[in-house]
Amino acid sequence: MGKKTPLYDSHLAAHGKMVDFAGWELPIHYGSQLAEHQGVREGAGVFDVSHMTVIDLEGAGVAAYLRYLLANDVARLTPGKALYSCMLNEQGGILDDLIVYKIRDDFYRLVVNAATCDKDLAWLKAHLEKYPVSLKKRDDVVMLATQGPKAAEKIRALCGKSAEALDSLKVFQATTVNDKFVARTGYTGEDGYEWIIPASDGAAFWEKLLEQEFQPCGLGARDTLRLEAGLNLYGLDMDEKVTPLESNLAWTVAWEPRERDFIGRQALEQQKQNGVPFQLVGLALEEGIPRHHQKVIVEGLGEGVITSGSFSPTLKMGIAFARVPAGQFDHCTVEIRGKHLPAKVVKPPFVKHGKKVF
Amino acid sequence: MSSIPKTLRYSKTHEWVRKEDDGYTIGITDHAQSMLGDLVYIELPELEGHYENGQECAVVESVKAAADVYCPIAGEVFEINEAIIDNPQLVNEDPYGKGWLFKVRTFDGDMKDLLKPDEYTQQVASEAH
Repeated sequence: MGKKTPLYDSHLAAHGKMVDFAGWELPIHYGSQLAEHQGVREGAGVFDVSHMTVIDLEGAGVAAYLRYLLANDVARLTPGKALYSCMLNEQGGILDDLIVYKIRDDFYRLVVNAATCDKDLAWLKAHLEKYPVSLKKRDDVVMLATQGPKAAEKIRALCGKSAEALDSLKVFQATTVNDKFVARTGYTGEDGYEWIIPASDGAAFWEKLLEQEFQPCGLGARDTLRLEAGLNLYGLDMDEKVTPLESNLAWTVAWEPRERDFIGRQALEQQKQNGVPFQLVGLALEEGIPRHHQKVIVEGLGEGVITSGSFSPTLKMGIAFARVPAGQFDHCTVEIRGKHLPAKVVKPPFVKHGKKVF
Repeated sequence: MSSIPKTLRYSKTHEWVRKEDDGYTIGITDHAQSMLGDLVYIELPELEGHYENGQECAVVESVKAAADVYCPIAGEVFEINEAIIDNPQLVNEDPYGKGWLFKVRTFDGDMKDLLKPDEYTQQVASEAH
């Protein structure tokens, strides 16, 4: 049996269809993935994302430590702000992607993927010795994502006056409401919040969200929402064998200041100099649904592969990310069960605020 | 628990078969549709196509995955359910009724190798563990 989040019983009560995900028992859907997807695009949904790992880092050396470990630069942060970053190995390969929150000058919080948790912890600990930093994995919290165009007004109705702190909260900022850590972040392309709260309060908060008619949403909808929103999934769209430059994540690498040394920097600079061999692009298909591992053919340039692919519930067509040879081209072909189907190259995202953007 | 009508026969690969006057109607089981989730795309076999027992003959795709459908009884396809091409969710909503996939006429095939409802029920239960 897999690990259970503190909301396991709540999922069963909401008729969640439980599946294994990175060793966790989580709902794939609560009846209809399509309805959940649409609920988030048009209303408000809630996801239990407690399988993700929260790591608190505290100490005088924490900024210097993270400036060395992360490809993005935490010196850009002021207290209450968050940053998306890759953590690289010496070869520039992506160990994980994560969100780092600066809470105070000497206190940062990381949220990393579930499947990479053990590897990340080992890596983080292995680099601690030179820095006065203490690391704590938080097993005592629940993480919920409330997402969708109506999420903010429903949260306001739920939290009353204490929600005033949310009114001025900008995207990628975090604050505290009723002792709940809350950030205006998410993985759906919609406005919304992510909450990190004591595990013992989790089920009660979940219940209150359902009373406000937040649609409970499973991993299935989470995947189609993030794909439409143009957001990579670790393990599919990127892993240790590829760099951020090959994963449509060059924007997350902070090259300046030049004197900042971070793990993987040398390898990335070399790759930039020699030319990046692959790129991650978006594809849209009028016919056929592209899937992970299917072959992509780019005329004159060579072959690539679908990293994530799905039916897009919003666009009613096949969409995908594909790792293809570097170069400029507008169309390519995807091989789906022996058929060669045309695909249009799209710069992600595919959907923004519920609308097609290509 | 998913529905497993007593009047049908089943394959290990989650197709159902119903004996009709003119042949056999074939679909996917309630359990199969619930495992796949919302269906969004269906590729049906060619009319007049001949299929062996256990041969891949159709594809059902949900939002999250594509699954092959195996012909549970050897024969020739003489009718396909056009309605599910435009509305694949009929298979989710009514897998044994409006969501049928295709019909075959068989030459020498019969249903003796297929699972009886209680056997299929056992198989579904054993997969859950």
